Amino acid sequence: MSMKMLEVGCPMPGFDARAKVTGEEKYAADQSREDTLWAGAKRAGIAHGIIRGIDTSAARALPGVFAILTRKDITGTNRQGIVHKDQPVLAGGKVRHCGDPVALVLAEDRDILKNALSLIRVDFEPLPGVFDPEKALEPEAPRVHETGNLLQKAVISTGNAMESFNECDIVVEDSFVASGQEHAFLETENGLAWREPDGKIVMIVSTQAPFRDRFEIAHALGLEVDAIRVIGPYLGGGFGGKDGSTVQCLLALAALHAGGRPVKMWWEREESFIAGYKRHPVKMRYRLGAMRDGTLHALQCSLFYDTGPYAHLGVEVMALGMEHAGGPYRIPNTFVEGWCVYTNNPISGAMRGFGVCQVAFGIERMMDLLASKLGMSRLDIRLKNALLRGDRNCSGVVLVHSTGIVPCLETLGRHSLWMESSKWKGAAGPFKRRGVGIAAVFNAMGYGRGIPDSAIAKVELTREGKIRVYSGVPDMGQGNASAFVQFAGEILCQNASRMELILPDTDRTHPSGSSSAGRTTYTYGNALILACKELKEKLLHRTALMLMLDEARGLTLLPGKVKHLPSGREVPLDLIGRTFPETDRIVVNQFVMPVAQDNVNTGKEFKIGFPHVLFSYAAHLAYVEVDELTGKIDVKGYLAVTEGGRIINPLGFEQQVHGAVAQGIGYGLMEEVLLDEGRILNPNFTNYIIPTSLDIPEIATVSVEMVESTGPFGMKGIGEVGTNGPLPAIAGAVEDAVGRRLNRSPLTAENILCAM
Amino acid sequence: MRISFYLNGKQTHVDVPPGRKFVDVLREDLGLTGTKECCGAGECGACTILVDGQARLSCLMAAAQLQGRRVTTIEGLAADGSLHPVQEAFIEYGAVQCGFCTPGVVLAAVHLLDRNPDPTREQIREGLSGNLCRCSGYVKIVDAVEAAATKMRGGTPQ
Repeated sequence: MSMKMLEVGCPMPGFDARAKVTGEEKYAADQSREDTLWAGAKRAGIAHGIIRGIDTSAARALPGVFAILTRKDITGTNRQGIVHKDQPVLAGGKVRHCGDPVALVLAEDRDILKNALSLIRVDFEPLPGVFDPEKALEPEAPRVHETGNLLQKAVISTGNAMESFNECDIVVEDSFVASGQEHAFLETENGLAWREPDGKIVMIVSTQAPFRDRFEIAHALGLEVDAIRVIGPYLGGGFGGKDGSTVQCLLALAALHAGGRPVKMWWEREESFIAGYKRHPVKMRYRLGAMRDGTLHALQCSLFYDTGPYAHLGVEVMALGMEHAGGPYRIPNTFVEGWCVYTNNPISGAMRGFGVCQVAFGIERMMDLLASKLGMSRLDIRLKNALLRGDRNCSGVVLVHSTGIVPCLETLGRHSLWMESSKWKGAAGPFKRRGVGIAAVFNAMGYGRGIPDSAIAKVELTREGKIRVYSGVPDMGQGNASAFVQFAGEILCQNASRMELILPDTDRTHPSGSSSAGRTTYTYGNALILACKELKEKLLHRTALMLMLDEARGLTLLPGKVKHLPSGREVPLDLIGRTFPETDRIVVNQFVMPVAQDNVNTGKEFKIGFPHVLFSYAAHLAYVEVDELTGKIDVKGYLAVTEGGRIINPLGFEQQVHGAVAQGIGYGLMEEVLLDEGRILNPNFTNYIIPTSLDIPEIATVSVEMVESTGPFGMKGIGEVGTNGPLPAIAGAVEDAVGRRLNRSPLTAENILCAM
Repeated sequence: MRISFYLNGKQTHVDVPPGRKFVDVLREDLGLTGTKECCGAGECGACTILVDGQARLSCLMAAAQLQGRRVTTIEGLAADGSLHPVQEAFIEYGAVQCGFCTPGVVLAAVHLLDRNPDPTREQIREGLSGNLCRCSGYVKIVDAVEAAATKMRGGTPQ
């Protein structure tokens, strides 16, 4: 373990990197116990239908089948869901998408499990399905739920949008379609669970929200919350797709019927595609009005979010999309309508960029359209309207925190990739056309109003003299765990070899919310800083007692010891650890993220999750080359300028920006969940293509370092904002190259060739 | 069927059906979970191992194919406790994020540098194009492999 001091602002290799690079790290998928049963779900395979009967007799007769469970084996509500509890653990009456589970099999091994699943016969009465959010709103459309297909209609408006369009010198209109997207984390959904002799269910699971999982499981299965213990190791990727129950409820149900034996459930890739959550496909209609000098004046847009058959976080995703529909701009009059609609498509839910990726495509392409109609530079029109601190944003919230979109755009404007873009375009080879596009994007942090975005941090000096951080919020690869160690090391003046980290465990760590929403490092980090400062004071005070000093003045923490600087006397930390009881060596503290104080008179349909007050910002630039013969697009260069407050670890900052841009490039160019009547046509990496090392260019990563005064060491969350830029920047570059506007993502070679 | 092979330098015997997927032999029968499985279809490279020094996909190999072969998994790359230069560079250059693709990418890079000790960035990208990573955007992986190559040739990485 590194002897390098943990200091904020320095490039720090991940605290977990060594264990991951040697294969020692145990993810949920790597967990095993003696005598484990395998659990698997029988999936509906049809998008909409009544279950008339389930014949499990042939499967039950198979040697090695331990149990087969159906809806009637569930004694709780059978309803899971983060906010809206509308998703059955096991479908009983009807199925609403191809991935609905209808039976759960427990078997001695995976081969038997597969055989048993194939032997289960479900007798369906097929129902007509609905696969388009607008069609689902028609009165005669098939009903996904008895309550109808509209999950939520909402409006966010400021000023007087309808009348203000008459005051505009120019009004532009266009519509857009943004595709769904698969998270495609490498570690598919999985977990291992067992029942302790006292009845408690213990589950090691790949999850972004271990504390919330307990409530979901308890509610769905009729258990007490404290009868469930969830342990959340490092995740092999999450990106939003492991926020909310995946295997959890099924696995807990299996553990209840496994006779005390451990049960493992691990979705194969195809099952992950079929049953897992997706980014929402969105249809968008935009109208944007401005003055002759390019000043934005009015925005109207209609957004249709296809949430699939269950809400997951659909309403919250739509709320965030609507909140960002006007981009990081000052628009005094706005009218944003949203419909979050049930269909029989796969389930849409949380994904990095959470509803914002889609509207960034819409508003940024509208800005390009407006610039071209007015004969303005694409950069100038953005700079002219970019939000400043103190402005009121498109949701009516006054920006009282760090607001860095202007310096992001200015930095982009000074960068060589922008300055030299004409020269680069002019150097295109035969049968190639080149273009450059830009995008200004932002992304809110935190849960928004209505749910306290809170974390509780615990830090301990162990008897062995180590500093142990108890993290209550998972690390899915974004590096928050390393940041926590870094914060504690910085405040308590230790190097990595003197640090220990306890990963989330509902029996050992404290509730700290989910790993999501650009809030993970911010919220837990703030709580941890408070705890570490208090621990430091405590340790210096106890050391003063040991050294017979009247006060702690002159004492300082150093790696492995406390030193009295005036006299040079030292006390090793392990001696302090052994001298004092646990309560003298442990501190617990908490933090809640600030929320908007404005009395915004809009968006009242959203009881939670609206509005937000903290945002990260970015300006992106893409160099794109289009092959005239094939339509293939190559992204040849990329610049991401990001304002996420202070950078606490430049290495981690670049990792997050690179990864977000890469996912955004995949979303922009190649990734699309292809559906035929709700059935996924490409549920594997053979046909659902995610970027390889040949598809992602070098990425220039620049930070505009402002200070967010409420952030831990001045930082903000930057995991999501980078995902929002690539699609609009690339689409702008393609238009620049071939003179055609492509309003449907992804921008595949086929789409380009047709447009040319 | 009894199958014998050298695993991370040690003679190893397993008694398994000849068609058992080798990734299952490693992970389930031998407890070596450093080798990951992500797609089960040879698309992602996460299950990469070295067989007689060549990068191979253990999810596509049957146990019987390993008879008499020399197999290196990620656990065997630093068996003596000191990390391989590729592993060191992955840590130092920030090429590890969630880490689930990492063992496979590291072994693919080891094989790449064995074939070509002085690759260009483009050649590194080509050499690793069979290994999917969803976190990194690949830039830091290329940085790390480039740095490891320089170090292995006796130079000082920039």
